[in-house]
Amino acid sequence: MHYMSNSIVKDGKAVQLDDGVYWVGALDPDLRSFDIILNTANGTSYNSYLIKGSEGVAIVDTVKSEFSHEFFARLESVADYSDIKVIVLNHLEPDHTGALPELLQRAPHAKVYISERAQGMLKALLKSNTDDLEYQAVTTGEQVSLGDCTLTFLNTPFLHWPDTQCTYLEEREILFSGDVFGCHFCDSRLFNDKVGDFRFSFDYYYAHIMRPFKKWVLEALDLIDPLSLRIIAPTHGPILRDRPRRYVNHYRELATTSLSGELGTNEKSMIIFYMSSYGNTARMAEAISAGAQSVDGVRVSLFDLQGGETEPFVDLIEEADALVLGSPTINGDAVKPVWDLLSSLIVVNLKGKLGAAFGSYGWTGEAVRMIEDRLRGLKLRVPKQGIRVKLIPTDEELQQCFDFGNDISSILVGSYQDKKVLEMAEL
Amino acid sequence: MAKAKVSFSDIDLTVNVPAGTRVIEVSEKVGSGIVYGCRECDCGTCIMEVEEGWNNLSEPSVLEDKVLRENMAGRHQRLACQAQILGDVTVKPA
Repeated sequence: MHYMSNSIVKDGKAVQLDDGVYWVGALDPDLRSFDIILNTANGTSYNSYLIKGSEGVAIVDTVKSEFSHEFFARLESVADYSDIKVIVLNHLEPDHTGALPELLQRAPHAKVYISERAQGMLKALLKSNTDDLEYQAVTTGEQVSLGDCTLTFLNTPFLHWPDTQCTYLEEREILFSGDVFGCHFCDSRLFNDKVGDFRFSFDYYYAHIMRPFKKWVLEALDLIDPLSLRIIAPTHGPILRDRPRRYVNHYRELATTSLSGELGTNEKSMIIFYMSSYGNTARMAEAISAGAQSVDGVRVSLFDLQGGETEPFVDLIEEADALVLGSPTINGDAVKPVWDLLSSLIVVNLKGKLGAAFGSYGWTGEAVRMIEDRLRGLKLRVPKQGIRVKLIPTDEELQQCFDFGNDISSILVGSYQDKKVLEMAEL
Repeated sequence: MAKAKVSFSDIDLTVNVPAGTRVIEVSEKVGSGIVYGCRECDCGTCIMEVEEGWNNLSEPSVLEDKVLRENMAGRHQRLACQAQILGDVTVKPA
């Protein structure tokens, strides 16, 4: 590999971060797209770490399988396989466990430490080769000793898989954080005080990987905050040894909503988006909006999808309590801007929000039901079957739209009165 | 056909269903907050709390038991994609 002249990373050599602590990962400068969803303008790195204690060696995470040879070469430059007692897997995604099967073969005395939720995934990953596997599920506060070094585990699930955890090396005040505080940024100068400007990559990674799990980010930060931190060692991107606390604080800012002050404490937010080709779905949207606003405690926003960009709409939806979508049916489907919006929501958490759909149609009117199915698939609650109007809404139909908006708002604030018992056939 | 009742306490609603109906067939249609992932007894997303009528649900299969264990489900929790309603039950999102 060609490195820059001031490269800290060298072929076949581990990089020392601290007394007895080494980087044994790999650089992947040619990668341009990670997991399909992320662009990686200068590649990425798979950071793996090695800790030498007085009574054994620990490996924290490994690398993507194609980079195994680099990982093993670096590992061999500072330790013997027979001394490896501990393998910590903070996250089991293949870019960090690719070298694991081979490492298990080479390090016969190693025991694997994973989170509770990782157990099923570990077995799935290793398929049939789990008979002799020695592993232990750990949670917050549990420790493993390497003699003069102690690893303490922090259970930090859903960052960004259910299995994720962080591992803290007490004596060196180093946090091995997994994907948390990571980014796709490949730079052989390795440390945050040496590499190029990676601020965009850091925020971009957060926005695409961690953002849907804000709640879990904040819970993890509560565990991390009390720790003394000299170095944060994530699994991707620069090692954060210069003022690492800044990144913890920045994560808290990123995970805290910027719009929370806009609504009153007892107010709910409903966003209505629509597309309309002849103005009929637009008229329905206005009637639904008026009905929704007739309930106290609901702040309603109405947008024509044609006049906006997807990204800010995603921000709005993240903060909203209810999402209502209107689309005409064209050739048996909802229109593309609606699907574009609905396919852009994987970066936010939608679970528990209310969803609803409506639309005017000419012939078949499939759009409303298709949108409802999609909203359910995205884990929204869809409590009311949406309104479909053939062509131009009559006054009576606009009244139904008004009532529909009123119902959704009433459900949102918990004042909805309807039948308490239904028959299956009515659904 | 034998009838049974399933109540969703999060939305205060009861549905009369034919015995043998799975919770998944009802909960989404009425807008209960129980959410689904794989819908086929693998991911554990749809774990629900059974508040009343535990014995009025079908017995969990070996596979469901495994998924519940792996997801550290509580004592009165089941998968909504699997559990069949055999008598009166009350459930809510876990």
